[in-house]
Amino acid sequence: MLKILASRFRQGHRTNHYPAVAPPMPDRFRGLPVLQPGKCPDACHACADVCPTEAITQNGELAVDLGRCLFCTACTDACPDGGIAFTGEFRLATRTREDLLVRPDLAYEVAQALDAKAMAIFGRSLKLRVVSAGGCNGCEVDVNVLGTIGWDLGRFGIQIVASPRHADAVVICGPITRNMEMGLRKTLDATPDPKLVIAVGACAISGGPYLDQEEQWGGAPGAGIHVDLFIPGCPPHPLTILDGLLRLLGKVKP
Amino acid sequence: MNTHALIANGAAIPLAEIPHLPFAAFQEHIARACGDGHRLVCLTATPDLTGFAVLEAPEGPVLQVLRTTFPPVEFPSLTPACPQAHLFEREIAEQRGLKAIGHPWFKPVRYHQAWGSPRDPWDRQGEILPGVTNFFRVEGTQVHEVAVGPVHAGVIEPGHFRFQCSGETVFNLEIALGYQHRGIERTLQGGPHACTFKHMETAAGDTTIGHAWAHCLAMEGLLDLDVPLRANLIRAVALELERLANHTGDLGAIAGDVGFLPTLSYCGRLRGDWLNMTAVLCGSRLGRDLLRAGGVRFDVDRERAEDLMARLEATAADTANAVELMWSTASVLSRLEGTGRVIPAHAENLGLVGPAGRACGLDRDVRRSHPYGPYAETELPRVLEDLGDVAARARVRAAEIHSSVDFLRWALDVLRTLPPSPVAVEAPRLLPAEHLALGMTEGWRGEIVHLAVTDHRGRFAHYKIVDPSFHNWTGLALALRGEGISDFPLCNKSFNLSYCGFDL
Repeated sequence: MLKILASRFRQGHRTNHYPAVAPPMPDRFRGLPVLQPGKCPDACHACADVCPTEAITQNGELAVDLGRCLFCTACTDACPDGGIAFTGEFRLATRTREDLLVRPDLAYEVAQALDAKAMAIFGRSLKLRVVSAGGCNGCEVDVNVLGTIGWDLGRFGIQIVASPRHADAVVICGPITRNMEMGLRKTLDATPDPKLVIAVGACAISGGPYLDQEEQWGGAPGAGIHVDLFIPGCPPHPLTILDGLLRLLGKVKP
Repeated sequence: MNTHALIANGAAIPLAEIPHLPFAAFQEHIARACGDGHRLVCLTATPDLTGFAVLEAPEGPVLQVLRTTFPPVEFPSLTPACPQAHLFEREIAEQRGLKAIGHPWFKPVRYHQAWGSPRDPWDRQGEILPGVTNFFRVEGTQVHEVAVGPVHAGVIEPGHFRFQCSGETVFNLEIALGYQHRGIERTLQGGPHACTFKHMETAAGDTTIGHAWAHCLAMEGLLDLDVPLRANLIRAVALELERLANHTGDLGAIAGDVGFLPTLSYCGRLRGDWLNMTAVLCGSRLGRDLLRAGGVRFDVDRERAEDLMARLEATAADTANAVELMWSTASVLSRLEGTGRVIPAHAENLGLVGPAGRACGLDRDVRRSHPYGPYAETELPRVLEDLGDVAARARVRAAEIHSSVDFLRWALDVLRTLPPSPVAVEAPRLLPAEHLALGMTEGWRGEIVHLAVTDHRGRFAHYKIVDPSFHNWTGLALALRGEGISDFPLCNKSFNLSYCGFDL
């Protein structure tokens, strides 16, 4: 008992203070890309050519689809003149698939809060049921980590629950493999209405690195599942996921 | 007559140098070798039914490669003579549409149609559904069946578990997977493609470095590249951080499953501290985009090495404190000791690897037996237990935390003092035609094997990935025999196997 108390004293209180203070992010973290097509040499499409998920379009206007982007360094390594670069901006979640398109001329539209009616239902208590449908256990572990004392999701009234019957929202990870489609649909059916669907990671948004595989559906949109919150990344940083959830609930203002 | 060629980890050999054996002689050689203390590292078949086997001798760093041609419709199963082949044969059957005649447990592995063959080894009509198979059943008035999954209670990947129980006691557990199947190996035929490296990093996304490094070893073997020492040190730092994060998290989860919350709470946070160190290396907590064929994408300069050394000492001390708390609590020990035992002889017959194998006294660690990168320069301690229970698996992992921390102290110190130098060599795009390459690493779950075979164009004719979970899921099933069903989560956590690494 004394050992446990001594250990408790030693380990201290280490929950981060987001949203009041953002925890430090590593200097090599890759967040929101910035595009400066003015720097692109004429007819150069080196970035689009090397992108493994064809997230970059170059015909007419340079744009990056964060729903496909894996935040790898292939494009920035290939770019001769710095027309494309990643910033440390971790606030990336959006309410629509279209908002995930990063363009040079438009400000990136991060997620707005739920409308008043939905907020009255979910605003003070949001229970999440997470389903992995072909996920690589990357997004899964970075969602799960929000339940540890380092993040303490419970302080926001958000909790991960065991049964879809207890859930307000279904969190989908993975490209939705054909072999997991039925399991996911049954979970969605078992979750009482009204419910929210949250797609975490490039796979759940577009199929990610698996988007060309016939064994999967191309994420929730590809499977015809309506999504209320898109959280991009491969995998998204836990802070990106938390920020998205808090924005949805209006606990972080733009 | 020469029966086999020799290959080292991270090397490639021309296919012409691998003797071609008649199928019966091929199987006989494997059965005899495995009876003789050899181990079946890999057994697989290419689209044209060329069969390859990799065998590990009890001593020495060189592996045997054998070649044959599988018969076109069905083949006699090797499994009755060599149980280690059981899942490899089911996989070959499923991928190539062949029947394994006489296989004692002939069931699908991942529930997909055979690739490029109209035949179905199980004569299924119509759509193939996961988890639809003839599950083993125990009959009797007192016997009941419990089915769990594919959707589980926690934030965890999907799989189906079928228990045959009498009251609380489990007679048999059968595990059916395949829900995560993304077709990685199917797509690798004709590769590498633009997404290939990403598929390697996400084959089992919690083992990004382990799989990416094994892939790099195979590619660097094919391309005959000399990876700079500096790059290999950075890879090893990342691999040990991956091990530390997962071992720490899992020891916490084991404590949590027996209701001991202090270790659960602290280890949950400390796992994040280890992952954040990986993010210092490359920006990603899971080590994404750190490796590439030929080296690494990010350097670790003196300042960064010193930052990591400071974090290492702080996190190692807190981790040791959190884990020690568990070992000094009698109520925890009494729940772990004797629970979920795998009999060492069974572990050996089935070819268990990694901490699950080492907890049964099997001295298998690729870093020691087939060293790659900086592991050839340093002696890692042998970590073995012999009882094969949850406590033994937990003790192996706790001891490996210590040895990984020691390794990191050494590796970071070398990195800190090495003069600046490039961290990658250029990797040509064109692979040599008709070669076989082997890359093996010791991931935190155990032995990872990547076997690449190129065709006459220098594309992959076949690429076989063996995640440690491929061997070890059967170990979990055996650990449950005679256990209380309520101890399933505890036993499961002590293995913590990969679903997607198995399903690929």
